[in-house]
Amino acid sequence: MKVAISAKGTDLNSEVDPRFGRAATIIIVDLDTMEFEAIDNSANANAFKGAGIQAATMVHDHGAEILLTGYCGPKAFQTLQAAGVKVVSDVDGSVNEALERLRSGEVEYLENANADGHW
Amino acid sequence: MIISVASGKGGTGKTTVSINLAASLKRPLKLLDCDVEEPNVHLFIKPGELVSRTESTFVPVIDETRCNGCRKCAELCEFNALAVIGEKVLVFPELCHSCEGCQMICPEQAVKDGHRELGTIETGTWNHITLSYGRLRVGEAMSPPLISRVQSIIEPADLVIIDAPPGTSCPAIKAMKVSDFVLLVTEPTPFGLHDLVLTVEAVKKLSIPCGLVINRADIGNEDVYRYARKEGLPILMEIPFSRTIAEIYSQGGLLVDQSPEWRIRFCRLFDSIAETAVLGEVSQ
Repeated sequence: MKVAISAKGTDLNSEVDPRFGRAATIIIVDLDTMEFEAIDNSANANAFKGAGIQAATMVHDHGAEILLTGYCGPKAFQTLQAAGVKVVSDVDGSVNEALERLRSGEVEYLENANADGHW
Repeated sequence: MIISVASGKGGTGKTTVSINLAASLKRPLKLLDCDVEEPNVHLFIKPGELVSRTESTFVPVIDETRCNGCRKCAELCEFNALAVIGEKVLVFPELCHSCEGCQMICPEQAVKDGHRELGTIETGTWNHITLSYGRLRVGEAMSPPLISRVQSIIEPADLVIIDAPPGTSCPAIKAMKVSDFVLLVTEPTPFGLHDLVLTVEAVKKLSIPCGLVINRADIGNEDVYRYARKEGLPILMEIPFSRTIAEIYSQGGLLVDQSPEWRIRFCRLFDSIAETAVLGEVSQ
């Protein structure tokens, strides 16, 4: 199963970026093999509007089924829900630590957006 | 001729100038309150009866029986108002800027006309003035489309006074852009000057002649005057900082109804605007 994590850097020791749509990088990890791909999110990070929607589409396009991030706004959440991607919010620390918590089952999935939209 | 009354800073006296200028002239004119987020001209110029019209704008609606999820619409949209998940298109109507590009690019004719309500336009007459103003729908984030609708009643031979929204972003530019002359209302304070400079720079880009009204002219300092001299901006009127003026305004009254002197001063203001606008046209 693939998991997406919003990150400030490009490897598994990077810190989790609390922002989702405007995160520097979205890391896609295959939990079974621990192979990962770091996707540059700078185009979305600088988007005028709708960064979360684009980032959510990208997560789905890369086949991730779970997203680990800090905050998830209403439009990103709506897009992720339509894509069937489950969201874990308020994630911090390194990408590795976040994945560890996910494996140990210490996570709760978000039922609603946990941040307001912004204009 | 179209005159817009603008300012960078809010609360400098745009409405005071717009309503008194409009009321002082004894000829038919259109007064447009383009501050659609908080219109207030109707509190002073009070038409007996208003006609209200709801305005809306295009947003895409996807016909799922035709859509094959090709993503062309989502790739085209600069504002991310469309996203494609698998073969399903998600529409975020509040992000749509109504360019209709999605409809043009769709090879399957799957993008149908939908509507997002922008707000209402109220129109009425008061003596020689036709007043029209927009009232943006609560929750609507973009005011320029509604401002355009307010301006759509302008006809070529009209004399028009536009009360513009404050600031120098899209709504203010939208309100000023159609005009032949921009009357900038400012006050001689550091805040007034700071925002005036921004607005003058914007008006220069629009290549519209402009002039100043200095409100509360006896407070603050000389910097606004120095700036006006340096930039060659004519000071067309000065209004003193006065309790009487504030009282008249707070009761929804007009200065020009209170004293013939103010009526004459606003008529003169109009004459100098007409002169400056014509000179500006000649020099261009």
